[in-house]
Amino acid sequence: MRKTEIAVIGGGPAGLMAALAAAEMGAEVTLVDKNNNLGGQLVKQTHMFFGSEKEHASTRGIDIGKLLAKEAQNHSKIKIMNNSEVIGYYPDDGVIGIEVEEEKFVKLKADKIIIATGASEKFLPFVNNDLPGIYGAGAVQTLMNEHGVVPGNDVLMVGAGNIGLIVSYQLMQAGVNVKAIIDAAPKIGGYLVHASKVARLGVPILTSYSVKAAYPNQITKALERASIWKVDQNWQPIPGTEKVLKVDVLCISVGLSPLAELLWQAGCNMKYVPQLGGHVPTRTNDLETSVTGIYVAGDVAGVEEASSAMIEGRLAGLNAAKSLGYDNGTYEEKHQEALNQLHDLRSGPVGEKIREGISQLVS
Amino acid sequence: MLLQNGIPTTEDLETRIPPKERLAKGPVVMIECFQEIPCNPCNTACKQGAIQEFKDINDKPEIDYDNCTGCGLCVSKCPGLAIFIIDETYSDKEATVSLPYEFLPLPKEGQEVDLLDRGGNKVSQGKVVKIRNGKYEDRTPVITVAVPKELSMVVRNIRVGGDGK
Repeated sequence: MRKTEIAVIGGGPAGLMAALAAAEMGAEVTLVDKNNNLGGQLVKQTHMFFGSEKEHASTRGIDIGKLLAKEAQNHSKIKIMNNSEVIGYYPDDGVIGIEVEEEKFVKLKADKIIIATGASEKFLPFVNNDLPGIYGAGAVQTLMNEHGVVPGNDVLMVGAGNIGLIVSYQLMQAGVNVKAIIDAAPKIGGYLVHASKVARLGVPILTSYSVKAAYPNQITKALERASIWKVDQNWQPIPGTEKVLKVDVLCISVGLSPLAELLWQAGCNMKYVPQLGGHVPTRTNDLETSVTGIYVAGDVAGVEEASSAMIEGRLAGLNAAKSLGYDNGTYEEKHQEALNQLHDLRSGPVGEKIREGISQLVS
Repeated sequence: MLLQNGIPTTEDLETRIPPKERLAKGPVVMIECFQEIPCNPCNTACKQGAIQEFKDINDKPEIDYDNCTGCGLCVSKCPGLAIFIIDETYSDKEATVSLPYEFLPLPKEGQEVDLLDRGGNKVSQGKVVKIRNGKYEDRTPVITVAVPKELSMVVRNIRVGGDGK
């Protein structure tokens, strides 16, 4: 069995920052990630990030991912396990079970654990939603930006949150035609600057519209058309308002839900908080869950932006290290700075939902 | 309506159009940022003290138009691609609009392109005057295009290879 002082599970923005912060304080860290490359979802974020300089604003997500991954790889205190998927946590003896390269089973025991597993895409029920050509928006981003494959020719994007708007823009950049972006809500959910960016390309955004059904091509059985209809204030579809769009790709971007399985296994106190995407753990201000020694950071702690995920990672890393007695003399200052940054990022009107959600969790 | 389709209304824009007197003096910034989001790189990018420091990172940018030289260093740094430089003094009949453009193929200087409004509709054609695409712009090229003067507040995108070719 392997041993480490701090195990960080997930090498996305939160996990990378957690590993770096803990190592910087002097702790030994093992960073476990299921993918070949570190960076999590940053590896496909070709757009510039918001926030301030401290959160790498104006830098593209893909470049932030590379920067953090390189720092982690070069850090003598950080051991990286790539292609390693955590498949279980055994609370009785505190052992993490890891499948390495789909071949070996490795057991890892850590004094402290930071869970930064991120989130997965939510799906949407409608007639024929399993046809070839219907994707999650994140999947399309992976296909295009990681593998260089375009998903088709004409797209209907369902969801006008940031992911739906950004992926629509990236589809247009790749030469794929986005026929429309629809959202059942009466208002655009994503940042309005993202919405204006796609509007300038001539992509219509239709709020108060939902998908009714998808229709296959008779020969290929793949998606050929989709029908949409208007919904009223109570989200009920209005018959007679149907429109049919000829599309071979339908992207679903209706939100993310935290990948919290390990937290459940660990026996963390969980709460259903819709503002944060689903079941999330109660935690202290310093991101320790109800199970002593288990910390959370990033989307698994509540679906939010990558900028706040990075700072949460930093905060969790600092605190996990500090709890083991590690402090290079800068803990107080960095800890306070991280708390201030999170406060600032969440203090505006777009942070209201997050604030409401977190207030239900922090003890 | 901005909140429904992403296209700002005349009322939205009024809060962001530089003063007439300033427009008459030469190139100046117009930041089409209508929502309080946690973001401040426009201030960090501005070396002229024109884009004011943010008291709260969620504030919308405030501009001291007298300090703005229209240098355009902020254009490629806005993650929302919401910054434009307008020069209404370019010639008798034409103004220029400098805009961020992250699409291939890039136009060439001197090339005639379609001029699009905020809804992506073609409103005219115009010549590309200048392209800035160096290390600083970092894959967000800034295209300066000549537009009929009356369209200086209308044109916010271009299309390469349309009717204009």
